[in-house]
Amino acid sequence: MDNVTTGEPLIVLDSVNKWFGPLHVLDDVSLSVGRGEVVVVIGPSGSGKSTLCRTINRLEPINSGTITFDGQALPAEGKALAKLRSEVGMVFQSFNLFAHKTILENVTLGPIKVRGEKPAAARERGLALLDRVGIANQADKFPAQLSGGQQQRAAIARALAMQPKAMLFDEPTSALDPEMVGEVLDVMTSLARDGMTMVVVTHEMGFARHAANRVIFMADGKLVEDAAPAEFFANPRSERAKDFLSKILTH
Amino acid sequence: MDVFTDPKNFDAFVSGFLWILKLTGASAVCALVLGVLLAAMRVSPVPVLRGFGAAWVNIFRNTPLTLVIFFCYFGLFVTLGLSLSDDLELNIYWLGVIGLSIYTAAFVCEAVRSGINTVPTGQAEAARAIGLSFAQTLRIVVLPQAARSVVAPLGSVLIALCKNATIVGTIGLMESSNVMKDLINSYGNAVIPIFLVFAGTFAALLIPTGYFFGWLANKLAVKR
Repeated sequence: MDNVTTGEPLIVLDSVNKWFGPLHVLDDVSLSVGRGEVVVVIGPSGSGKSTLCRTINRLEPINSGTITFDGQALPAEGKALAKLRSEVGMVFQSFNLFAHKTILENVTLGPIKVRGEKPAAARERGLALLDRVGIANQADKFPAQLSGGQQQRAAIARALAMQPKAMLFDEPTSALDPEMVGEVLDVMTSLARDGMTMVVVTHEMGFARHAANRVIFMADGKLVEDAAPAEFFANPRSERAKDFLSKILTH
Repeated sequence: MDVFTDPKNFDAFVSGFLWILKLTGASAVCALVLGVLLAAMRVSPVPVLRGFGAAWVNIFRNTPLTLVIFFCYFGLFVTLGLSLSDDLELNIYWLGVIGLSIYTAAFVCEAVRSGINTVPTGQAEAARAIGLSFAQTLRIVVLPQAARSVVAPLGSVLIALCKNATIVGTIGLMESSNVMKDLINSYGNAVIPIFLVFAGTFAALLIPTGYFFGWLANKLAVKR
């Protein structure tokens, strides 16, 4: 896959630190993600990779350092922060579809309430998005009536409905039954191919190999390696990465 | 045993319970609105609002209702001159509604807040992640789901409110318990029948209310 990075990077983290009480979850993390780039973040649990992902739309505030998105420092709160979040799609491990709304309502809620789109237009676009992720026939059902894989695809459609500049995926397949992982990864792969800027926290090494432009390896809150996937999987430089890969790739 | 066959007594009995229903109705609406606002304050990111909500709950939930109602009459009306109607009876009624509302709002707030806590945090995170404001997140995503789990506890609050409305009798409204007291004074030989009729009327009003809220809670439950 070509590296399509051009111009200034879309997401820049500079010396970001975060503590949960005494726990240093992000330790001086610096990272930049170019437009159209797909960055996969891997690492052992507790390494801070989910927290890193969540700081980018400020679901987690940081203690020091700076994060810029599209040339602007992340706003601290209020309308400006809501606007930024509307431009960054987020997909959660546990889907988090709105339980009291139908699948189509989940997808159209943001466009209608945040962007002020006309309901009819939002519905039409919502249905097209549901079709794109392969669940148009589930539009009028409630989240609890869908399988995990279908719910996660609906959640991706909900994020895409805001026409985001970037998408964050926080372990999108970790809560799925194994047979449903593929359908979600397929949707993500097609998004990557279409040039979406993506930060993906995952344990799916196959996805990292074939869809990522870069692989970030984190351990103990530190960004330990930042390399192209082929290079990272063939020649990890750090002991931590070697150890991690030996544990997950031998099975 | 001709207490209730006398039309005068029967009218007093009916008007006593009408006062109870009016007190309950008006206070329920005010307490619901106020209680939801207080709950919104208690979960808001603004420390001053959180403090205000917490203070309200702590003060009024821990003050006997009799004191609150007395304060409304002797404090707001007699001392501060707050008159809500030229009609003496209506004035007492509205003072009672104020007292019942601010007191009951504290319980509504806590019921709603516990309902908000049953909504998984991921729901609010997802709402914020698509760019909804705090108020929108609460109004569109969190409260509708909280409301469903809060129906049954709110039913209990409503039942308590209806019975608490008798306390407005202490500042002179001729509601049911005052009517009962008068009847007992006049018909000392029929104390137990009078008591059973009044208690039975409350039960007849409130037992169906309890079942209705239980049914509603089941019907509205969110599937996860």
